[in-house]
Amino acid sequence: MSDNFTLANTTFSSRLIIGTGKYRSYDEMKAAHIASGAEMVTVAVNRVPLDGSAESFLDHLDPKMKILPNTAGCYDAEHAVRTARLAREALETEWIKLEVIGDPITLLPDNEQTLEAARVLVKEGFIVLPYFTDDLIMAKKLLDAGCPAVMPLAAPIGSGMGVQNPSNLRIMREQLPDATIIVDAGVGVPSDAAIAMELGADAILMNTAIAEASDAARMATAMNYAVQAGRLAYLSGRMPKRLYASASSPIEGAIK
Amino acid sequence: MPEILITLNGEQLPIADEIDLETLVGQLALPAKRLAVEMNGNVVRRSDWPQTTVSNGDRIEVVHFVGGG
Repeated sequence: MSDNFTLANTTFSSRLIIGTGKYRSYDEMKAAHIASGAEMVTVAVNRVPLDGSAESFLDHLDPKMKILPNTAGCYDAEHAVRTARLAREALETEWIKLEVIGDPITLLPDNEQTLEAARVLVKEGFIVLPYFTDDLIMAKKLLDAGCPAVMPLAAPIGSGMGVQNPSNLRIMREQLPDATIIVDAGVGVPSDAAIAMELGADAILMNTAIAEASDAARMATAMNYAVQAGRLAYLSGRMPKRLYASASSPIEGAIK
Repeated sequence: MPEILITLNGEQLPIADEIDLETLVGQLALPAKRLAVEMNGNVVRRSDWPQTTVSNGDRIEVVHFVGGG
């Protein structure tokens, strides 16, 4: 049974989106990308070095990958909007992962600035995928602004802490049954990804959990399985939690 | 002749004469593709680089893509 993931009229067979940062080598990154099964990768927009040392980073990506530029490093709406416009000019893509950071220690999103930037970018025709705090009301506002998906964090970027507030994700899923929810940031191990998918996330975006694994490609494989397992579990409908036991074997008829 | 001073990617850069953006970017010896340029806060389309003159006080950003999450 096919269970494709459609986002802004683009269909993906994988529900895992991965980053391109922090890898120890291009070869390791490429191997991890293949192993992950991902069909979309994020990249960052950055000033070119003026000493002639610039490399063509994008040449190291599988040409089949859809490239999702981000606005990482932006601390207000204005810089994020400018960065998105530059990304569109350079890549000829309307897609942008909108990330407006509130402070450098936690890298938590500035939701107010994110919403402001989202409104501007949607009007300019961008497909805006916003990273934000896992908050239902904020999700509604971002969707109302025209974002085709929302990307709540599981935990701070690069923390590997896993889903810190499963109730928030569950509430978001239940209250926004038609929204596309992509959990972005905070996954550390495959069980974290599986939990997010079991709670009803449509996809997961991760970078550090794979790039910082000792064997990035093997971890990418594990994440691929975890996302699929979590998705299947969500679609299957989990059993209810009970405080007390419920016997699996018949009680009646046991020998006395 | 007064020196022309521009800000390129946050660094002050004196240039000898007014030049066009195409020439300026060309001098950076960058991998040619998938760059974007902003001048004074506005993107300059690649097709407009040759007709865009770089003048004293201009703030220019030249960006490309790097690994990120």
